[in-house]
Amino acid sequence: MKLIFEKSVPGRHSSLLPPCDVPAFELPETRQEPLELPELCENDVSRHYTQLCQRVHGVNCGFYPLGSCTMKYNPRIDEEAASLPGFTNVHPLAPKASVKGSLEVLDLAARYLCEISGMDGMTFQPAAGAHGEFTGVLLIKQYHDARGDKARTKIIVPDSAHGTNPATAAMCGYDVVNVASAPNGCVDLEALKAVLGPDIAGLMLTNPNTVGIFDENILEITRLVHACGGLCYYDGANLNAVMGHVRPGDMGFDCIHMNLHKTFATPHGGGGPGAGAVGCKAFLKEFLPKSALMEGEGHIQVRGFAGNFLVVVRALAYLLTLGREGVPEASANAVLNANYLMQKIKGSFTPAFDRVCMHEFVLDLSEFKKETGVSALDVAKSLIDNGMHPPTMYFPLIVHEALMLEPTETESKETLDEAAEVFRKLYDLAHTDPEYMHAAPHHAQIGRPDEVAAARNPVVRWVKA
Amino acid sequence: MTINPDMKYTKSHEWVKEEDGIAVVGITDFAQDALGDVVFVNLPEAGDEVVAGESFGDVESVKAVSDLVSPVSGIVQAVNEELIDAPEMLNSDPYGAWIIKVEQVNDREELMDADDYEAFCAEEG
Repeated sequence: MKLIFEKSVPGRHSSLLPPCDVPAFELPETRQEPLELPELCENDVSRHYTQLCQRVHGVNCGFYPLGSCTMKYNPRIDEEAASLPGFTNVHPLAPKASVKGSLEVLDLAARYLCEISGMDGMTFQPAAGAHGEFTGVLLIKQYHDARGDKARTKIIVPDSAHGTNPATAAMCGYDVVNVASAPNGCVDLEALKAVLGPDIAGLMLTNPNTVGIFDENILEITRLVHACGGLCYYDGANLNAVMGHVRPGDMGFDCIHMNLHKTFATPHGGGGPGAGAVGCKAFLKEFLPKSALMEGEGHIQVRGFAGNFLVVVRALAYLLTLGREGVPEASANAVLNANYLMQKIKGSFTPAFDRVCMHEFVLDLSEFKKETGVSALDVAKSLIDNGMHPPTMYFPLIVHEALMLEPTETESKETLDEAAEVFRKLYDLAHTDPEYMHAAPHHAQIGRPDEVAAARNPVVRWVKA
Repeated sequence: MTINPDMKYTKSHEWVKEEDGIAVVGITDFAQDALGDVVFVNLPEAGDEVVAGESFGDVESVKAVSDLVSPVSGIVQAVNEELIDAPEMLNSDPYGAWIIKVEQVNDREELMDADDYEAFCAEEG
């Protein structure tokens, strides 16, 4: 398929602009170069993007069990709310009296999300998850700095964590202390105790963790960290498993980020925008970022104004439509679906941890690979031929040949049965025709891109011939 | 999988060879095979301090980024700059493609000899 620049024909356009009725403005000299924008008529543009759209797989195309990403279906009503002109045509610096509805959205969404997370204060500035983590750990840093405690230079991150956790700690200027997991995939309490001390600023944790298991020692973990003077940060990546049932604030966490674009009905995976709302307990509220222009100076500011406001509108619409009963029901169904699918697949592939899981589970294909020569990558690529988006591969790192499945609550029993059947078929195929699976996908637009060449010698820019 | 009998090994799959007070460090054949094609290496600089059991850099493959853990404590005398442009050397010649050379070695992790390491890898599977 050609790039839109390659389809460009000089002089072609759609004459939709009315004649100019303001005086012409001479551009400054520094902007005299032609822009080299593609020149196409409207239906060329429309067809180009429709073709692109047909070449991808989204939640609207089929099953998308990408573990740790919560690729749930997003109800259209939330999209509709976010498209209301009263929300799309506002300016953050408009007089407050003219945007009372928008301000109420921010206020109400903050109150509901505080209730769900067990926090006392909330900011919507962070643009997405990792940005939220960064903001959350900055709260911890400001807290220690404000007390004059400069000795705390380390953040604890378990080895099952998302890669963004150690990256966040490093970006905030902390040294990362990695703590090994116990054989059950949870935090090893003895290993944790061994690293606690007056140099620990805090702990970053996801619960349920990245192998889909709820850490039963969570109260002891947060107590131990607090006892040494550190704070506890909750990575809300897996909140979809517990929302409405248990609150991070009650588990002992001091601050949290929530991926509104995952858990609360904004489509994601295509580059955003997202929203990484950050909540904190009352004693950290003074350190929350504020918009200098909207709310006053003297605070950190991680992004302009109120963040990605329309994502907050979607989240509020989602919460209002689900309500007090619907929110816990959604997470209960997410957990039920994951356990159902795990049990159905268990006859062929092997779960890494054979126990009741939360909203996602991990398959360990290392024995299967020894037996058949077919890798987790081969299975993932073969799933594409069967109309399914592959699960997350080779993550978490503590499981070798990992496939991580998160079906989410929005999939029906029929979809899960079909998916389990596809896995069973591929399991058999690996034993009879492994070569076919090494070469999969056979029916996709793109087969196996050369990932190694792409990583070693990336070509990220198209240059006009 | 090959194991070089002249080297000592860590549980995190680095090899180390000490000669004339200089410790040469790399990753094992087992490590490169588990990582898959290495696409990027993040190296320290000469003069940096490394600590036994702590990260001194990382290797990135198509699958994942993994820490490089130093088997010894000391000062980096030299880094293998060739790896920056040709990280694939870690795949094709793991025992030849050294990563760092450490001088003033003053501490060591618990190291295995070739036989123990072979048994350790068999267990890890």
